[in-house]
Amino acid sequence: MVSETTHDGGVAVSAPPSADDGLTRAELAVKYGLSQSGARPGLFEYVRQLWGRRHFIIAFSQAKLTAQYSQAKLGQVWQVVTPLLNAAVYFFIFGLLLGARKGIPEHIYVPFLVTGVFVFTFTQSSVMAGVRAISGNLGLVRALHFPRASLPISFALQQLQQLLFSMIVLVVIMLGFGIFPAWSWLLVVPALLLQFVFNTGLALIFARLGSKTPDLAQLMPFVMRTWMYASGVMFSIPAMLADKDVPGWVSDVLQWNPAAIYMDLIRFAMIDDYTYEEFLPHHVWAFALGWALLAGVVGFVYFWKAEEKYGRG
Amino acid sequence: MADDKITDKAHVPTVIADELHIVYRVNGAKTGKGSATSALSRILKRGEERGVRKVHAVKGVSFTSYRGEAIGLIGSNGSGKSTLLRAIAGLLPAEKGKVYTDGQPSLLGVNAALMNDLTGERNVILGGLAMGMSREQIRARYQDIVDFSGINEKGDFITLPMRTYSSGMAARLRFSIAAAKDHDVLMIDEALATGDRKFQKRSEARIRELRKEAGTVFLVSHNNKSIRDTCDRVLWLERGELRMDGPTEEVLKEYEKFTAK
Repeated sequence: MVSETTHDGGVAVSAPPSADDGLTRAELAVKYGLSQSGARPGLFEYVRQLWGRRHFIIAFSQAKLTAQYSQAKLGQVWQVVTPLLNAAVYFFIFGLLLGARKGIPEHIYVPFLVTGVFVFTFTQSSVMAGVRAISGNLGLVRALHFPRASLPISFALQQLQQLLFSMIVLVVIMLGFGIFPAWSWLLVVPALLLQFVFNTGLALIFARLGSKTPDLAQLMPFVMRTWMYASGVMFSIPAMLADKDVPGWVSDVLQWNPAAIYMDLIRFAMIDDYTYEEFLPHHVWAFALGWALLAGVVGFVYFWKAEEKYGRG
Repeated sequence: MADDKITDKAHVPTVIADELHIVYRVNGAKTGKGSATSALSRILKRGEERGVRKVHAVKGVSFTSYRGEAIGLIGSNGSGKSTLLRAIAGLLPAEKGKVYTDGQPSLLGVNAALMNDLTGERNVILGGLAMGMSREQIRARYQDIVDFSGINEKGDFITLPMRTYSSGMAARLRFSIAAAKDHDVLMIDEALATGDRKFQKRSEARIRELRKEAGTVFLVSHNNKSIRDTCDRVLWLERGELRMDGPTEEVLKEYEKFTAK
């Protein structure tokens, strides 16, 4: 169609015959070691790439966190005030109006409730952020190269940092109700780490689902609210079911759901009178670890499987 | 076709596109009506991919680029130029066909990673990290980036949130961040040539520098002069099809004839 030209000035209408002439494009690519653009890397290579982007993941999560309240007059104070107001609303409705306190000693109800709200919010907002992690950042996905899992992981990390602000509020509330720091508080660290892994796994799963079906962002708030009411955020599952005519294992199964497990662990770690015998299900740590591993591994592999497809319109 | 034979001194291919097709899928744009009832009837109607309209943006494009080439992409609006660039960069998945590349082609652009609510300073770091630079590389180039953007010429603006910048200032900072990294295969979308005359000159010089360092440069532009200045080969896309591929002058002559109509 067009005559051949050497691009440094001279015209060579008939190009010299070359060994590459007979090759198809695919063979040419192989000969010169070209790799396919946009192909999915292997799982271990993917983990390696992701590790290489750890600074980006952290910086992105912190940037999102800072940007959140940067237009407000009170600025970063809202990081602490927002969870506090949340806790106040739940206390007003469930503690005072509905009397969900049943079976829980009065002096620990507020710490119990606030812990539940904060810990559940951590999972809830990680899932919600996960749904939008890819679909809400298509511009980024279509402009730059990075392992896409960076986004959901970064959003989960943002929620973890948000939770740490809430923990400040929580400690103040604990002190206000006469619950003082003890060695058992250290158990909060492994519990939150396991929950973070669990949340990240969920965020990865929902990031892939949400990239295909953005409508999930509309649906998920209802699913999450149902999950919240079923997990005993504002009431104790065993105490609520105690006088109901249900077999004991129903209570166990309800309590083994991951949201309930992580809430119970944090309450158990921080509140003295929230005892293992009375309130916690059996094998609580094993379940905490199991849920984290299950969600983490399944979520990561599931997300990676579609790595090359993210960004399609 | 020009691409099947060896034309250049190096003879080393850097990008090979093989019968590449790109299709966008747009949700809920099947009919003109966007009402709830029409959405519902779309869902209820049986058949594949209900309510999804397909846009076939690139149709069977093939070419081979070689080391040291600067290739211009021309064509009217919506002809698939930017889409083709993104596909080469591996950012848009191909519907059919394949793209082979030497190293990782990158798009010169970082806009999407920046956040208006953050200070210019933090955006430099965030943008650099998003492009895959290490913290040390960013630290080493930080001052260059800020100086190049000229943001601080009128006072200490780099410590203010980006939303307080004028559109020109923000564009300058974005370009400065994007141009701070070296690339194997570099792709430039014209939209980047922004800012006042002084800054445009500075950015053209920087693009020439980047060209020297990169193996192959792709440039999308509607400005035939800048294509003539920088490119030795031109791909002309029209309606997603490769209409012509050859030396700059030949293709531009045809293209100018076509657009003059």
